[in-house]
Amino acid sequence: MKYWRVPLDVDEIQVTRGIVHIVEERCKGCGYCIAYCPRDVLEMSSKYNVKGYHPPVVKKPEACVNCHYCETICPDFAIYSVEAPPQEGDDGKHSASC
Amino acid sequence: MDKLKARSDHPLDALLRTDRIPHIWCSGCGIGTVFASCLVAMQTSGIDLNKTAMVSGIGCSGRGAGYIKLDSYHTTHGRAIPFATGMKLANPELNVVVFSGDGDLFAIGGNHFIHAARRNVELTVICVNNLNYGMTGGQAAATTPCMAKTPTTPLGNPETPFNLPLLAYASGASYVARWTILHTRDLTKSIEEALTRRGFSFIEVLAPCPTGYGRRNKEKPLDSLRLYQERTVIKNGADPSDVILDYQQGITLGKFIDHERPTFLDSYDKTCRINF
Repeated sequence: MKYWRVPLDVDEIQVTRGIVHIVEERCKGCGYCIAYCPRDVLEMSSKYNVKGYHPPVVKKPEACVNCHYCETICPDFAIYSVEAPPQEGDDGKHSASC
Repeated sequence: MDKLKARSDHPLDALLRTDRIPHIWCSGCGIGTVFASCLVAMQTSGIDLNKTAMVSGIGCSGRGAGYIKLDSYHTTHGRAIPFATGMKLANPELNVVVFSGDGDLFAIGGNHFIHAARRNVELTVICVNNLNYGMTGGQAAATTPCMAKTPTTPLGNPETPFNLPLLAYASGASYVARWTILHTRDLTKSIEEALTRRGFSFIEVLAPCPTGYGRRNKEKPLDSLRLYQERTVIKNGADPSDVILDYQQGITLGKFIDHERPTFLDSYDKTCRINF
């Protein structure tokens, strides 16, 4: 995310991280989650699911901030995100350049 | 095994009849999003789900009652509201949600709608407005925009569509809102509010119908969502007579009416039951 100035409390803000789960056999390939992900995490995969649709695939797993928007806009109950546990080396601090 | 595990992990699976999923709604259809918002709102509003029932009529949106793992009723065409009114009057403790489409609620069921709103029966009516009769092949409905092409209006629809929030307001509804499937957070919050309000609550949700409506009007599902993003403006408290559904003018979204007045049960008890 680009800022027009760096927020003053950027060192204190904890940014949550999310893990996206895709239930491939439910997906109907409408592409809503891909088009409206605010962090551009997903892309259309080239493989087919059992129904013959292209499900989304996670392109940038580290960019997900667990906003749940894909989960709410998916008409097929096929995608959801859960909060990622804090990892070692990742102090959860937000960097202004990411 | 992993797939089975993933299936049972979706946060809404507790409220879904998962054996019937994937549902019948087409790729890009917005009904699933409205349905998901409705389920989330039911979970977060704190209402007792054991005393909640969903009623729906006929049409694509009418399938909603078959996918929810609560008491639910799939009624005859247009009769979702009278059925729900009967349920509410017979058992006033129930929270009754009517989940249906524009064709069911406003064409064949139009009279039931205006009279339930006039009586102010405590119902939450969620109307998925996809601008046509989707299940029967995309024919022109009471909500089809002027000049839209459908199988029954190949030269363009010469009729003027209903302004649903104005109809609900004029009939006496006590909560009226309109959202689109792109505004999922506002929609969920609005359904949550409507579930906790006393009186007749009505929420119109614009949803794309790529197979019935979009195909003949050169509107792919993502084009519809782009229209919802670019041609809408949120004005809470706007006058319902100004919120005509016209993409050229821009579509007004928001919570238009929220005022409480005595419900049908209140006045019925006061008039007919107090002396006995």
